[in-house]
Amino acid sequence: MIFFEQLGKFFLLLTKVFAKPEKYRIYYKQTLREIESLGINSFGIVVIVSVFVGAVITIQTNYNIENPLLPSYLVGVTVRDSLLLEFSSTMVALILAGKIGSSISSEIGTMRVSEQIDALEIMGVNSASFLILPKIIAAVFFFPILSLLSMFVGIFGGYLICVIADVVPPSDYIYGIQYAFYPHYISYAITKVVFYAFIIVTVSSFHGYYASGGALEVGRSSTKAVVHSSILVLLANLVLTKLILS
Amino acid sequence: MIEVKNVSKRFGDTIVLDNVSVNFEQGKTNLIIGQSGSGKTVLLKSIVGLHDIDEGEIWFSHRHFNALGFKERKEIRKEIGMLFQGAALFDSSTVEQNVMFPLDMFTDKSYEEKLERVNFCLKRVNIENSNGLFPAELSGGMKKRVGIARAIALNPMYLFCDEPNSGLDPKTGILIDNLIKEITEEYNITTIVNTHDMNSVVEIGDKVIFIYAGAKLWEGTKEEIMHTENKELNDFVFATSLAQKLKKQ
Ligand SMILES: Nc1ncnc2c1ncn2[C@@H]1O[C@H](COP(=O)(O)OP(=O)(O)OP(=O)(O)O)[C@@H](O)[C@H]1O
Ligand SMILES: [Mg+2]
Repeated sequence: MIFFEQLGKFFLLLTKVFAKPEKYRIYYKQTLREIESLGINSFGIVVIVSVFVGAVITIQTNYNIENPLLPSYLVGVTVRDSLLLEFSSTMVALILAGKIGSSISSEIGTMRVSEQIDALEIMGVNSASFLILPKIIAAVFFFPILSLLSMFVGIFGGYLICVIADVVPPSDYIYGIQYAFYPHYISYAITKVVFYAFIIVTVSSFHGYYASGGALEVGRSSTKAVVHSSILVLLANLVLTKLILS
Repeated sequence: MIEVKNVSKRFGDTIVLDNVSVNFEQGKTNLIIGQSGSGKTVLLKSIVGLHDIDEGEIWFSHRHFNALGFKERKEIRKEIGMLFQGAALFDSSTVEQNVMFPLDMFTDKSYEEKLERVNFCLKRVNIENSNGLFPAELSGGMKKRVGIARAIALNPMYLFCDEPNSGLDPKTGILIDNLIKEITEEYNITTIVNTHDMNSVVEIGDKVIFIYAGAKLWEGTKEEIMHTENKELNDFVFATSLAQKLKKQ
């Protein structure tokens, strides 16, 4: 019962969010601000995680296929496909759900419990749209960029470990990452990421927007935001993978 | 003028407002007094539509506010300025950006014109040279004053203040009270102030209503309140030992 009530509330909030903006110029400014706080500020974590994961997949794949019959460029192929198909979309989204989801929901939740949202409403501002829409736009545009970044950096991480630790000959690795390359893997990843961005921002905003009480509840709502958006990202992954790849 | 007619509000099974009717007059400082938890904040928020009421009507200058749709309500809200109990300044914006926000949102003025208005409002509440500070860097009294400056930035027709001087020293409290009264008279605003401070009542109460457990028990002027026969109000007014001593004399 509670589930359906929450679901109803969620979609009601979305209809408020997608109302016509009062003033485009201000929304534009807000969106730029969100691109900075949600997108650009996540560069670091995406780069670090992707470099390491790219390197680790390279080592592990090489370890697993140590068979003279298998050519060593297969390592490059595997690294590329793992990153493109799953890691740089879904895993990066899960990392971002933790970073961005909690920050969105605690920001909006704090505004709720300190009556800042009421203050917006009183002025005649559509608070849901004003606070959430710029975040959605920023994330939907910027998550794909982060995902592409993760692909490049991850593949580079694999190359780096080849050079440093002599896992497979770097030239074989380079050959491998170009071998049997399907460009639609990238569009597949980007499509998924756009959905993930929408899920993470709206679910986290929802939990913040309906926070009540004090600091404790704001903390709880941001935990819920991370958990729920992560689960929904995984569910969406399943559904989208089935839809797109079959 | 704001008319409240037979308004009731429940949270679950608890009745928080019980059939409240009152007229708040233009150009006057109308006070809502009552002890903590009596329903003052809920009444104020119900009037401006932050709480949906269960029964009754609310009229803003002959416009039936709670019967209007979202869009029409928004038009009336642009005529409302409100100071919240905790000031509710935007944390991530400076003092200047806070006061400028309503101007950004609802006017097409140039930055210079807006800045001029912002500085005028800030000067009006005796805050100068603090434009670049963030709310976290302000004292409680300064926050309230910036809250008032933001509330009056768009020249409101209705001003709501929820406990403008709670948590302040008596002197600063009186300063803020007088500021509200001055603004009210200067711009002929309909002002409603929540308070449980008898100082405010004596200083600025043009019209006073007394809320007790969600019901309106009494209304009158600050002069009449001293001679009331109503027991609950008497207890409230003369709650402090100082007041009791003065009364005995
Ligand atoms: N959102 C809410 N949900 C449930 N009950 C509430 C809510 N807001 C207020 N109440 C209840 O309504 C009653 C009146 O609260 P209100 O905040 O109006 O008191 P108040 O007169 O403003 O007190 P104070 O002077 O301390 O600010 C209280 O008993 C409170 O518990
Ligand atoms: Mg209150």
